[in-house]
Amino acid sequence: MLGKTAGGLFWMFRNLERSENTARMVEAGQRIALTRSASDDEWTSVLQSAGVLWGYNEKYDEVTRDQAIDWMLRDRANPSSVMSVVESARNNAKLVRTALTREVWESVNECWMVLKDTLARKVSERDLPHVITQIRQRSAFVRGAMHGTMLRNDIYDFARVGTFIERADNTARILDVKYYVLLPSASAVGSSIDNVQWESILRSVSAEGGFRLTYGQEVRPREISQFLILDKRMPRSLVFCCEKIRDNLGYLAQDYGTRLPCHDMADSLCRQVSERRIEDIFDTGLHEFIGSFIVDLVALSRQTELDYRFYE
Amino acid sequence: MTQQQSQGQGQSQSQTFDEMWGREAGLREPYAPFNSWFAEEDPARLRRKQREAEEVFRLTGITFNVYGREEAAERLIPFDIIPRIISGREWSKLARGIEQRVRAINAFLHDIYHRQEIIRAGRVPAEMIAKNAAFLPQMIGVTPPGGVYTHIVGIDLVRTGDDDFFVLEDNARTPSGVSYMLENRETMLQMFPELFSKNRVQPVSNYPKLLHRSLSACAPAACSGNPVVAVLTPGIYNSAYYEHSFLADKMGVELVEGHDLRVVDGRIAMRTTQGYQPIDVIYRRIDDDYLDPLNFNPESALGVPGIMDVYRSGGITIANAPGTGIADDKAIYSYMPDIVEFYTGEKAILQNVPTWRCSEADSLAYVLDNLPDLVVKEVHGSGGYGMLIGPTASRKEIAAFRDKLKARPSNYIAQPTLSLSTVPIFTKAGLAPRHVDLRPFVLVSPEGVKITPGGLTRVALKKGSLVVNSSQGGGTKDTWVLEE
Repeated sequence: MLGKTAGGLFWMFRNLERSENTARMVEAGQRIALTRSASDDEWTSVLQSAGVLWGYNEKYDEVTRDQAIDWMLRDRANPSSVMSVVESARNNAKLVRTALTREVWESVNECWMVLKDTLARKVSERDLPHVITQIRQRSAFVRGAMHGTMLRNDIYDFARVGTFIERADNTARILDVKYYVLLPSASAVGSSIDNVQWESILRSVSAEGGFRLTYGQEVRPREISQFLILDKRMPRSLVFCCEKIRDNLGYLAQDYGTRLPCHDMADSLCRQVSERRIEDIFDTGLHEFIGSFIVDLVALSRQTELDYRFYE
Repeated sequence: MTQQQSQGQGQSQSQTFDEMWGREAGLREPYAPFNSWFAEEDPARLRRKQREAEEVFRLTGITFNVYGREEAAERLIPFDIIPRIISGREWSKLARGIEQRVRAINAFLHDIYHRQEIIRAGRVPAEMIAKNAAFLPQMIGVTPPGGVYTHIVGIDLVRTGDDDFFVLEDNARTPSGVSYMLENRETMLQMFPELFSKNRVQPVSNYPKLLHRSLSACAPAACSGNPVVAVLTPGIYNSAYYEHSFLADKMGVELVEGHDLRVVDGRIAMRTTQGYQPIDVIYRRIDDDYLDPLNFNPESALGVPGIMDVYRSGGITIANAPGTGIADDKAIYSYMPDIVEFYTGEKAILQNVPTWRCSEADSLAYVLDNLPDLVVKEVHGSGGYGMLIGPTASRKEIAAFRDKLKARPSNYIAQPTLSLSTVPIFTKAGLAPRHVDLRPFVLVSPEGVKITPGGLTRVALKKGSLVVNSSQGGGTKDTWVLEE
């Protein structure tokens, strides 16, 4: 496989994952805004979690709901807006067209066609739920086509590594921005504001239902951290993503018969998470833990690009 | 030669040869089964099918990029559901003519880059070659692997009567459109399977396999084992990118760009996830000028520095060979009947369109006197740009063109306006005749010349228009060659 193709697959799936995550964050932001117990600052933290606050501030002077949503969904000046990443995913799909099945290519192409149309105009408050649904659905179609039609070979592995690096990054950034509402000190008795915040965190990773199934109705911050960082059953938890990254890189090592530096880094990242208990993490400091996780994840992503020659 | 067909309706209609109805509204035999099928069809269903076809093309991404336009940068080439039907007998004759012409082109190229016998014999003037930008001095004395210059050729044909086919243009560089030939057929098979059980249509679907075999058969001396083939594209923003990825996909080979390649140990190698791996045959879809910044245009970021040196030393096969443009140049075109005769010892089976070379004083005078009746083309132009179609041009356009022509006569050739045949297209008002051309695709290897039955039919969708180029609003049709 060409190095460029591996890189194209990696970024195609990072971008698709990002489109879905961004849509989910907008949805959680909208939801919290509707409860009216939160201030407009909430959109600042949504923008921050999505990693797009800096660019937003370059363009706008103040944070408002409409502008924030527009920036995150439609603005092409924002390289992480849903429209930008979907277009980028499709361009990458074109680049790696020969590595994809017809079904996967068509689902990506259709995703782009539909969203280009939907996002051609400003999204009104009334249409927002429908638009969010569309974005999530289109992303799910691609995943379904991928799951059902692609060979489980190096092509699949690079796509999966991209997906889970992006997902781990997303969950980690949400925790990074919201860590303070999860600290033990803040949670002696959950105020209603805390409750809204906690639910919003769960919502932004589509985990309300899963959490309820696992822990019941009562939402407690310690358990949220446990669930999003250490629960191996939760497909967006840090540990789940790390193990997927490690496994898929591992298949590549087996397939090619060569272990590379990225494999050691993936193993070590995995251990950092899976060998910890939530108490240890709080002892070292949640914020510090998440901070160093993000740094290591970025380093792993870079090393993977180098080891598999994505670029010249 | 008449020019009336382009001037509207009335008598001109009877002058034009329609491939379904002939000249006098008598159904031609290859169209008989189709006609009876069509008569039974509900137009509403066909309209729905036409829309469905467009949806399929859009979803599949069979688009081409239009240069210089921000909006709607990707466009569909309109597809018409009415097939163009050629009988097996008509095709056999065409195929013989095409093979003869393609063999002559290859012999001509070998001669031009070696002993230049044809110039010594006085059949082609020396300055036609020496002063021609398409002539590559870097190719002098180089014999490509297998002796093949034009691995893939597209011969543009037009028809004016039952038995009258003319070659309009030889495309010996990087002819495009073959993906449309294949996708059009695929779409027709899906939409109208019943038509294919009523008609015995010769299949085209093995083209990618033949292309792969043909390219592999031209592997260079340095190749050991199974030849590694790759398609070289300028990238996803190129107008024909869809075709490049389509062909790579169907052949099961890598689709590479210049930055994926470099010279390693005297071979061209591609950067894979496991290091550099040598390529044996490269089907390049970039122009000569961009191929190698060290040997040609130093600004090119699309090519591979040093590929020409590897090529000359037998490390790689480049298809088509660099420098083939000298054979499909519009100025050389006018010498094709001589060229065919010189190398094959036979009369050309396919006719050339009579051509005035404006570089010659007598011809120029004639052309200037008759501009409203002629088609004038740039010698190095393509895609229907920069040409004058006298009969449909305004007085102002003709006057402006006259100035350009006088300023640089040698840049132009002129031809009579042919009465191109028509084939029906499907419109809101039912079937309506539109002018067409045909580009059959030809593969050349040491194993022989292979011509896929059919090719790409381009159709001018505008009533009366003679311009079939997709960049100028033309569409395409599925082209059937019936079994004999």
